[in-house]
Amino acid sequence: MDLLNAFVALSNFVLVPAIAYGSQLALGALGVTLIYGILRFSNFAHGDTMAFGTMVTILFTWLFQSWGLSLGPLPTALLALPFGILGCVALVLLTDRAVYRFYREQRAKPVILVIVSIGVMFIMNGLVRFIIGPGDQRFADGERFIISARDFKEMTGLREGLAIKTTQGLTVVTAVIVVALLFWFLNRTRTGKSMRAYSDNEDLALLSGINPDRVVMVTWLIVAALATVAGVLYGLDKSFKPFTYFQLLLPVFASAIVGGLGNPLGAIAGGFIIAFSEVMITYAWKKVLGYTLPESLEPEGLVQLLSTDYKFAVSFVILLIVLLFRPTGLFRGKAV
Amino acid sequence: MSETMRNTALFAGVAALIVGTGLFQSWNAALLILNMGLISAIMALGVNLQWGFAGLFNVGVMGFVALGGLATVLVAMPPTTEAWAAGGGRVLGGLLCGAAVIGTAILAHRFMAPSRLRGLVMLVILVGGFFAYRAVFDPGVEAVEAVNPAGTGYLGGLGLPVLLAWPVGGVLAAGAAWIIGKAALGLRSDYLAIATLGIAEIILAVLKNEDWLSRGVKNVNGIPRPVPYEIDLQNDPGFVEKVQGLGLDPVTASSLYIKLGYAALFTVVLVLILVAAQLALKSPWGRMMRAIRDNEVAAQAMGKDVTRRHLQIFILGSAVCGIAGAMMTTLDGQLIPTSYQPLRFTFLIWVMVIVGGSGNNFGAVLGGFLIWFLWVQVEPMGHWLMQTITAPMADGSALKEHLLDSAAHMRLLTMGLILLLVLRFSPRGLIPEK
Repeated sequence: MDLLNAFVALSNFVLVPAIAYGSQLALGALGVTLIYGILRFSNFAHGDTMAFGTMVTILFTWLFQSWGLSLGPLPTALLALPFGILGCVALVLLTDRAVYRFYREQRAKPVILVIVSIGVMFIMNGLVRFIIGPGDQRFADGERFIISARDFKEMTGLREGLAIKTTQGLTVVTAVIVVALLFWFLNRTRTGKSMRAYSDNEDLALLSGINPDRVVMVTWLIVAALATVAGVLYGLDKSFKPFTYFQLLLPVFASAIVGGLGNPLGAIAGGFIIAFSEVMITYAWKKVLGYTLPESLEPEGLVQLLSTDYKFAVSFVILLIVLLFRPTGLFRGKAV
Repeated sequence: MSETMRNTALFAGVAALIVGTGLFQSWNAALLILNMGLISAIMALGVNLQWGFAGLFNVGVMGFVALGGLATVLVAMPPTTEAWAAGGGRVLGGLLCGAAVIGTAILAHRFMAPSRLRGLVMLVILVGGFFAYRAVFDPGVEAVEAVNPAGTGYLGGLGLPVLLAWPVGGVLAAGAAWIIGKAALGLRSDYLAIATLGIAEIILAVLKNEDWLSRGVKNVNGIPRPVPYEIDLQNDPGFVEKVQGLGLDPVTASSLYIKLGYAALFTVVLVLILVAAQLALKSPWGRMMRAIRDNEVAAQAMGKDVTRRHLQIFILGSAVCGIAGAMMTTLDGQLIPTSYQPLRFTFLIWVMVIVGGSGNNFGAVLGGFLIWFLWVQVEPMGHWLMQTITAPMADGSALKEHLLDSAAHMRLLTMGLILLLVLRFSPRGLIPEK
């Protein structure tokens, strides 16, 4: 019985949150990795692209709420999500047309594009703060829990409760659907295949008649959709604050690099690696160890390896270890 | 000599902007802009050293600046003797223990043949060492933080003159740069960028959470100054007499006097660093750096140790940022870890370097002054703009209030716009590299 309680406590505090967070990171990292693979630069504005898409979604959510529209137990934000994606797509296509295209035609060095993306980051960040303000916004509604801790205890008679928030369930389901769609698109459709060809070898792809403008446009479409979905899921799960989204840049990039930049499968694996290590290293293990170890060995302290404020340090250290021992990432990404 | 004329005109233009602030707003505001402009110019010189000379992409400027700030506290604040007695030795012992663990692990990695055994040994050393370190360190920290937590609760500094903190800030930043450079230089540029972004966040996390070191988010106030206090000047009959002879109010005059004092100190540092950077740029060493930047493979073929040279200039540039950080905290008189924002302390410095002209020291200095001036003045301009736009709207309408409230965020938009416009239409900056 003790092992069972330990497992439930572990799931409640580590597994479920880490899976949800990992899915969000994976979606973010997929966007970064696609831009890296096809447009060939590290997009520093990605965190703020996520913030912009989420902001549009929040505005539509508020509009729908004021109309009295809702999805019952599911958050209204799901209904607003397509509009958020549209808004984000409009913004990134506009940015590409006004900013990035010029440097692409010049064949500027990747690092110049990175600096350009810093300028874009400033503008998007300013835009989001200008429209919705720098404060915290909560926009989750509907049913809060799939299973609440108390229901779970009553159902099973265990001492430990397992709570699964609706947003966590939603995150995982959405992430699975989105990733499945993305891989189907990349592997089965003509456009997807042309994107992969362009990513693998630009010159050969051009020779075989692939239209580069189309590939770039489709990439931005997908990236905007991924960024918005990731941002909205993160915001539903925690809360929306422009600065937090800017800070997400570090774990998102860490995920993409750990998995191997330019490799979509790697981005997903990286997202989960980063999320699980962050949660596990900053979790206080006292409860779980208390159930599994014999009483005489029961720990006195919290058995927390690092305080939660050091979660950035975790993604960073993993990143460094991978860079030092396997510079192209776990899944052999590409190097520009 | 048209180029010299042009550059002089640019500098004169920025000077006119600052003097204009003095004439139309207040001299106090003008001197504030001047002082932070001097500090920004030094930070821009540091980044220019890394990016302009060597093409290293460092987006962790904020971390090095914050380390400089930490140096001010460690050097200038009086030591908390009770805290040292309570747990100071234990804290130091813990840190030494941690360093020893990492050292042993590195030794094991270096001297054991690559095998599964080596990995296992390193794992045991690191995991065991971590718990040993926590066992020594944690009780010490607890004891230190328990000493008068509302007033001190930290070990304090060395009680030395605050000017000494400036070079120390540089040394601290250089140390951090050495660690990060050892690990991430020689990899691709994007990786260095992400690694520096990460180290800056970690330095900030340490400053916010290690209360025994610098009181964390409780801030350290009242850091000693290199210049006299306003109140002492106002109570000094000699000063008051002299000022009233000039027809000035003693309160305003004392504040201006202090700011001018800071400005003089900062100017000395800026000139020293600028001269050093200029000499370095024109020396064989500077030519070698640019050769490496422009063609790494060719430079390597000529027998230059690219990674070592990169490490060298990365450390130098970060040290300059650390010095500037220490100067800034001295000017503020307090260390507030939550005030360090990457947009303000990393990316804004980048805007300064790019707008001023990367690779040109004078460009970096000009960019530092100009962008800082804009950063300060865009906010009132935004307010004015918004007031003009919203003037015809009805008072109390939600949109009007929202627009007026949001005017403060105009500065991010403006900075992004300036950066993009300069990159597009004048990618070499206002004063291009020769």
